[in-house]
Amino acid sequence: MFYIRCPYCEEHRDEQEFHRVAEANLVRPSDPDGCSDQEWGEYLYFRKNTRGEYNELWVHSVGCRKFFNIQRNTETYEILNTSPV
Amino acid sequence: MEKYSAFTLFAHALKHHKNWQPVWRTPSPKKTYDVVIVGGGGHGLATAYYLAKNHSLKNVAVLEKGYLGGGNTARNTTIIRSNYLWDEAACLYEHSMKLWEGLSNELNYNVMFSQRGVLNLGHTLQCMRDIERRVNANRLNGIDSVVLSTKEVQKLVPALDCSSNRRYPILGASWQPRAGIARHDAVAWGYARAADALGVDIIQGCTVEGFMLENGAATGVKTREYGAINAARIGCVVAGNSSVLSSMAGFKLPIESHPLQASVSEPLKPVLDTVVMSNHVHAYISQSDKGELVIGAGIDGYNGYGQRGSYSTIEDTLRAIIEMFPSFSRVRMNRQWGGIVDTTPDACPVISETPVKNLFFNCGWGTGGFKATPGSGHVFSSMLSEGKASMLTKPFSLERFYTGALIDEHGAAGVAHS
Ligand SMILES: Cc1cc2nc3c(=O)[nH]c(=O)nc-3n(C[C@H](O)[C@H](O)[C@H](O)COP(=O)(O)OP(=O)(O)OC[C@H]3O[C@@H](n4cnc5c(N)ncnc54)[C@H](O)[C@@H]3O)c2cc1C
Ligand SMILES: [Zn+2]
Repeated sequence: MFYIRCPYCEEHRDEQEFHRVAEANLVRPSDPDGCSDQEWGEYLYFRKNTRGEYNELWVHSVGCRKFFNIQRNTETYEILNTSPV
Repeated sequence: MEKYSAFTLFAHALKHHKNWQPVWRTPSPKKTYDVVIVGGGGHGLATAYYLAKNHSLKNVAVLEKGYLGGGNTARNTTIIRSNYLWDEAACLYEHSMKLWEGLSNELNYNVMFSQRGVLNLGHTLQCMRDIERRVNANRLNGIDSVVLSTKEVQKLVPALDCSSNRRYPILGASWQPRAGIARHDAVAWGYARAADALGVDIIQGCTVEGFMLENGAATGVKTREYGAINAARIGCVVAGNSSVLSSMAGFKLPIESHPLQASVSEPLKPVLDTVVMSNHVHAYISQSDKGELVIGAGIDGYNGYGQRGSYSTIEDTLRAIIEMFPSFSRVRMNRQWGGIVDTTPDACPVISETPVKNLFFNCGWGTGGFKATPGSGHVFSSMLSEGKASMLTKPFSLERFYTGALIDEHGAAGVAHS
């Protein structure tokens, strides 16, 4: 069970209040129509999926409902940092 | 290979079982192989077996960083079925089902494949519509599949609460009689023994840490324990660690690794002689030959390589089981564990060439690849021997994530598509 600090509420709350959304900092191509199939596919589906330190986007879904970044270790499950986006 | 039979068992009994052959050899790796397979789970071992048996490629090694079957192979809940919605997936899983049906004989090893049938329950009108659609699709593909009414479900599974006043009443189910379960580690051991007998080198305690790359082609692997090993072709079958391996070769995969948990109860008298799954209340259950209730459900939502997940997920799963089987509410749970599953956006595997020449990946089976073990090994062995995809594997290439031809099996995949 994770105990996560929401950077907006500034409180530690139970994992069940949150949802993991995706890898952090995925940038939507500014001109989707100008993308090649390769570029668009990479953006939609291909992920780093790092074993070790990883940045993810989470949402405080049944709290303040805001999105924030979390830096965690996917091997030890240690949470290193949370920060607003 | 020493043949197993009632007679050899008897003969060995007379000698106090002191002279059984080791089930496989423990060789040191050679410098060079025709094919190196990374990952000694069921899929990797099956691939090696079919390479040696069907493609006469005997200079083959399987490199496993831990021990055989220490990954998802022996952590899964062993549900085997082929009632998938789309043609591409249905054909692949049915191909596997047919191999299961002769597997114990073929390997001369009892994998305890038990065709006790699988029920997928429907609790809403929409569930029932989806079930009817899937059953019809299955029948068009020659897969045994029927829709059962509430009454028929109740008759099959007396312990299931089919009363209409439940929060999630059971309106019916799909039923695949040929589906069932098998003994998971026996599958790894059986394939290992048969592959070893055909000359495949199975190297345990051998971690691949990188690839030898030349002009965009792979020429071998770098291992922690044995240094460089050359290979004409390399097949990666490392389940939850697929992205780790692909990053060593410099490309990303459409995969996220998640914890998936399961649990078993204390042993009970026989109470459930089939497999019951429910996508809607989200859990599934069967009873092992030892009497334990074997229970599982969906992944933990976050990425994780820890082979463990959160308690809240287990709690949700058991709550769903109690909803379906109120009489199990006082059963005590014995053990709980997790594995790392490699999930894809369309809940279908990736069996594919990669941007690196001579390097192939068979991954993305996620929460439902045990049932595919024989089929996966079978089709991947042809890919490694021919160097290209076949009719069965073509739809599962990495290419589909660029063309958009995804094979959306999230519906039939169901409770984490076990
Ligand atoms: C809890 C749980 C329940 C499940 N239930 C079902 C079910 O009911 N039905 C079903 O069909 N499927 C189920 N699955 C999914 C199924 O277990 C997997 O899809 C399937 O086992 C994966 O293939 P495998 O057996 O080859 O993987 P694994 O057994 O995980 O084999 C991969 C191997 O690669 C090795 N490896 C990794 N990295 C390296 C490296 N760098 N060098 C060398 N070796 C390496 C690992 O040690 C591992 O042994 C379940 C999974 C889990 C976790
Ligand atoms: Zn908050």
